[in-house]
Amino acid sequence: MPVKEIAGIQVDFDDEGFMTNPDQWTKEVAQALAKEEGIGELTDGHWKVIDFMRNDFKEKGQPPTIRRINKVGGVPTKDLYTLFPKGPAKKAAKIAGLGKPQGCV
Amino acid sequence: MKKILILGAGTAGTIMANKLSQNLNHEEWQITIVDKHETHYYQPGFLFIPFDIYSRNDVVKPKRDYIPTSVEMILSSVEVIEPENNRVKLTDNRILGYDYLILATGSQIKPEETVGLKEGGWYKNIFEFYTPEGAVELQKFLKHWQGGRLVLNIIEMPIKCPVAPLEFLFLADWWFTEKGIRDKVDITFVTPLPGAFTKPRAAQILGSFLEKKNINLVAEYNTGSVDWENNKLVSFDEQEIEYDLLVTIPTNMGSDLIERSGMGDELNFVPTHKHTLQSKKYENVFVIGDATDLPSSKAGSVAHFQADVLMENFLRHIDGLPLLEDFDGHANCFIESGFGKGLLIDFNYDVEPLPGKFPLPGVGPFSLLQETKMNHWGKMMFRWVYWNLLLKGSELPIEAQMNMAGKMR
Repeated sequence: MPVKEIAGIQVDFDDEGFMTNPDQWTKEVAQALAKEEGIGELTDGHWKVIDFMRNDFKEKGQPPTIRRINKVGGVPTKDLYTLFPKGPAKKAAKIAGLGKPQGCV
Repeated sequence: MKKILILGAGTAGTIMANKLSQNLNHEEWQITIVDKHETHYYQPGFLFIPFDIYSRNDVVKPKRDYIPTSVEMILSSVEVIEPENNRVKLTDNRILGYDYLILATGSQIKPEETVGLKEGGWYKNIFEFYTPEGAVELQKFLKHWQGGRLVLNIIEMPIKCPVAPLEFLFLADWWFTEKGIRDKVDITFVTPLPGAFTKPRAAQILGSFLEKKNINLVAEYNTGSVDWENNKLVSFDEQEIEYDLLVTIPTNMGSDLIERSGMGDELNFVPTHKHTLQSKKYENVFVIGDATDLPSSKAGSVAHFQADVLMENFLRHIDGLPLLEDFDGHANCFIESGFGKGLLIDFNYDVEPLPGKFPLPGVGPFSLLQETKMNHWGKMMFRWVYWNLLLKGSELPIEAQMNMAGKMR
């Protein structure tokens, strides 16, 4: 398991770059991860998604799907693609410090 | 008299009606099943209709013939489920009370969820094969089609029978070859998944089949809308794919009844305990088949394996025993690969499809993740098994839980 120091914190990752311990997540870590993903400075729009995802994760135990972020979180899918280009569900989950969305079967 | 009510008389509901009838004392229990349709469809057969292998008549039987006479069958749609009051209201305002409820309300396609999909091009050069109507319309279209760009796209996961899109592509390759126009058809598979299938090993093997059959793969493509006037798909990030014929797997959702009753998630699937099949919210409600939100495949084989676990757990629950966590996500699917051959996959929540022999280790007669003629015959024979054994809740020589014997890592 790779460990990296980000914003002064030792953070554990899996092989695909998803954090394995959501408790190590801070806003600073999120910002650093966003830069690595090529997203740059996080805006209010990004935070709305990230906050929803983290709260939903606490409740449901798994990262929400694009549809759920749209229907329950109230973020239009088109906006989600603008905020987190190319695979928003995965990218946003990564920055929100959640595991890889399990996708499907 | 205690009452057990089953909603939905598709594959899962019908199997449960039979099993409950076999296992419960009819003087103590009244079993009732409700469905709005009279006709039972052999859904795995839909795939064969566009290619004129089956006709509509080959995939239909009256539901009534598969419900035991000891079970009361009500032909009606349901207005709403009131789980807090242990009752269900039918559309004619009749009220059915229950002690236990089994939800087998299935899943359905929702093309209207995607902008432009069910509009001007619908059933003209945009088709689906998840309903008998769609499969028949597509058959009529293909009969006269002279070739062009065939695009098959999956709008979003999860979908019923995740191997069906691949089977359609393999059969299309075979069918156009037989017709002598394969060189005039460009076939492209467009999927939101990172590869040909959901599980890595199978994705790799099935991906190599696509390549071998000269079928293009566009992965991680999320269809945002369909520009039917200009015949192209437009993804959420503005990538366009042109088609002459679009075969689409629309969004799959649980029943509208589940939404009306406030019992589902954002796709109207019912939150269900992954290993016991009990509803996460109501102790006297069980969920089976496509209606669940479980990360198992939405397929008849899964409903069949779940039925064994549900029956056992139901009997335990009425006797006050703790439920067994016995459902392991087991699925078993034949994959028709064209030219009279097929593959077979057998997997569960934790073990992805692996190569080997099935059901007898080292013997077969079926081969896992390999293309054989025997697998094709297994698939074709399965229709008989479905109508004569599976729906009737008979014992099949396959355990509900997946078995590692015969599989190779």
